[in-house]
Amino acid sequence: MNRTGFDSSSLAPVSEPDVAPKPAGQPLWLLAELTYKCPLQCPYCSNPLDFSASGQELSTEQWVKVLREAREMGAAQLGFSGGEPLSRPDLNELIQEARQLGYYSNLITSGIGLNDHKLEQFRASGLDHIQVSFQASDEEVNNMLAGSAKAFRQKLKMARAVKANGYPMVLNFVTHRHNIDRIDRIIELCIELGADYVELATCQYYGWALENREQLMPSRAQLERAERITNEYRARLEAAGNPMKLIFVTPDYYEERPKGCMNGWGQIFLTVTPDGTALPCHSARQLPVQFPNVKDRSLEDIWYRSFGFNKYRGNDWMKEPCSSCDEKDKDFGGCRCQAYMLTGDAANADPVCSKSQHHGKILQARAEAEAPRDIPMTFRNERNSRVFCRSE
Amino acid sequence: MNDLLTHELGLKALLVEAQRVPAFNPMFRLQWEKAQDSYVLLYPEGMIKLNPSAGEILARVDGKQSEAEITDALQQAFPEAGSLAGDVHEFMEVACEQNWIRFV
Ligand code: SF4
Ligand code: SF4
Repeated sequence: MNRTGFDSSSLAPVSEPDVAPKPAGQPLWLLAELTYKCPLQCPYCSNPLDFSASGQELSTEQWVKVLREAREMGAAQLGFSGGEPLSRPDLNELIQEARQLGYYSNLITSGIGLNDHKLEQFRASGLDHIQVSFQASDEEVNNMLAGSAKAFRQKLKMARAVKANGYPMVLNFVTHRHNIDRIDRIIELCIELGADYVELATCQYYGWALENREQLMPSRAQLERAERITNEYRARLEAAGNPMKLIFVTPDYYEERPKGCMNGWGQIFLTVTPDGTALPCHSARQLPVQFPNVKDRSLEDIWYRSFGFNKYRGNDWMKEPCSSCDEKDKDFGGCRCQAYMLTGDAANADPVCSKSQHHGKILQARAEAEAPRDIPMTFRNERNSRVFCRSE
Repeated sequence: MNDLLTHELGLKALLVEAQRVPAFNPMFRLQWEKAQDSYVLLYPEGMIKLNPSAGEILARVDGKQSEAEITDALQQAFPEAGSLAGDVHEFMEVACEQNWIRFV
């Protein structure tokens, strides 16, 4: 993976020996990425850049086995995502299985491909929650970003239908420099739709979003304004007795300390990708670490004993400044993927941390966000993905 | 001299409120979780682990039984616990504030 120009010679892929297991929590959260197929082409998609080169999708039986094993190990929350999970014809079957096993199941969808029939069918099968993701409240900006004209109207229609079918409504708006100034419109729209939770999150610059960071990252002024408006709405909602919750997520690029990524490597979160690769975080696939596959081993073996899941567990892998830092149990040194993407070594401190010698990269990105160049965005689609595959 | 009166009114309010019927906010699902050895509340992308008494109270919330009936049932299940009315009432207020339950 040399497209970012880092020297990764010291990071040759490592084979997968069984290692001495380190202390681990239960995998409470299972994210099932059912497919990389998606009718949309979001420029901030977190799927790997080379997704078109990924192997064969797991069969229904293989997914059922994954669900059973993870539940046995304590998983309670299950996310069906992708790509667009609605592109899997066996989705309803998997929802039924999930309910029977006692999962709280979440469908994370763009809303494209959803219809009233499916909403009712999934409800009857025991789906607990549908999260519809939006890119903007402005139809034109939204359509420009999603690369499809019909997308926005369909999403609104589906958001209404989700509520009408008795599901809790969680709306997720990915904000960026092109829509964050319309945050008042976004919140108004959520109130109008009767949302229960609204997540206003600036995108994380992984995968496709890193390629497009300069086009996506808001300036500090934009961000502060958006946060102020969100706070004003919170006060207004409370005064009106409206229980809608607004969750505003500041991008870590504007922080001086990294987030405690995934609550620690291999501690509560488990992702299984379309081809069965198991990951401690949905973006970990880009790391030069060999991750196990559910086709070859049991989830129990993968979670507790595989090389990949133990690699950054605990803190004995850390380098300075993290290894001697008294905050290491709080943020676990930040995000391994971000450290790798921006410094070339996943064991470095996340450069978001002001103690990192690479923190200048973050400062530079902030400076770029003040005066972005007008360059076109790279859209997530098969053609562009193959370009990335070839350049590796 | 108004003390007695307000006290009585307060008591009456408690009695009236005990007739209310709590039901879950459909966003939350209560479930016994073997791996946690406790009741948990599941909601979109989250889980709240409940302490034993909160779990026992919420396990009896079904949208049919009133607060008073739930208190009676708990009193029978835990005879050694002493009077529970105050605790149950207090918890219902908290659960309502947290938006876990509503009164129907
Ligand atoms: S982020 Fe956009 S392109 Fe990527 S999977 Fe989700 S909807 Fe599809
Ligand atoms: S030096 Fe490492 S452990 Fe300390 S605050 Fe920064 S990222 Fe966290």
